Amino acid sequence: MNLFGNAVPWRSIAKEALERTAIVTRFLCLLHVTNTYICTPTLVYGPSMLPTLNLTGDVLLAERVSHRLGKVRPGDVVLVRSPVDPRKSLTKRVVAMGGDKVTFVVDPRNSDRVRTITVPRGHVWIQGDNIYASRDSRQFGAVPYGLVEGKILCRVWPLDGFGLLHH
Amino acid sequence: MGTRSLLWDITKKYLTVGLVGLTISDRYASIVSIRGSSMSPAFNPGSDTNDYVLLEKFCLDKYRFSDGDVVVFSSPNNHKEKHIKRIRALPGDWIETPNLDVLKVPEGHFWVEGDNSVSSLDSRSFGPIPLGLIRGRVTHIVWPPKRMDRVERETNQRLSPIQDRPKFY
Repeated sequence: MNLFGNAVPWRSIAKEALERTAIVTRFLCLLHVTNTYICTPTLVYGPSMLPTLNLTGDVLLAERVSHRLGKVRPGDVVLVRSPVDPRKSLTKRVVAMGGDKVTFVVDPRNSDRVRTITVPRGHVWIQGDNIYASRDSRQFGAVPYGLVEGKILCRVWPLDGFGLLHH
Repeated sequence: MGTRSLLWDITKKYLTVGLVGLTISDRYASIVSIRGSSMSPAFNPGSDTNDYVLLEKFCLDKYRFSDGDVVVFSSPNNHKEKHIKRIRALPGDWIETPNLDVLKVPEGHFWVEGDNSVSSLDSRSFGPIPLGLIRGRVTHIVWPPKRMDRVERETNQRLSPIQDRPKFY
């Protein structure tokens, strides 16, 4: 059989392959836009947000609209790009916004020493709920608002913790 | 009935183009205009037209930058503004500040300066800034046509020889 003859419909195979690629590409673009501009699930783990978040990992839904509109407030749990390693994202709670004064225990494991700092304009002060095991603004200082990537909306997994996070 | 499906077809096409364009401009490359003269003479040498440059986003995958790269980043003081400056020091490098202090750039941060030091608001005023603020690296000038060219890295020898990290992050 002549492979390049009319027996095998190369034209229509190519056309169908192209159409399917177009559909997959469109879907991936939709996924990207939704994850970047609307909301995205994220896996977080670690002890720094105990007891709010679990040590062994939670899947949270982060919305990516409010931080672009400037609607982040003290008390929100946010997703923040780490100022120490830009390839990692952190999940911490906003304690103070730019212009506010924040008082914090510097090293609760070893002493009771407290410090008060004014957060610079355009920055936020983030802390983990578990101040004994959290690397946050107490170590690396206030972070620029431009590093905030999203606000945590609710927990999706594990199912027995499903719902809004408690304050 | 015919108009409704025509309208729907047009909307779908626009939506597709919009989504694909947004994805490309977020993940791969985009074109931005430059205002201000803090990077003269590399960009905007005269005050008549603004340069348009190609910004690539592949560098945001692993955050590998080199001394002398021109980058666009969100301002640390106002997240809505974006600035364009040249990287002068990477994490772990030492840099000399205007007060003649010598400062070590913390990990995860970098030091930027404008080529035109006289009229440039950069790390000499707001200090080293986190790499996470970078939004892309400038590779080419695309407009005006007579200035179309690759953008080269330009290093100068202001760094002291104490560099205990390799050149890229």
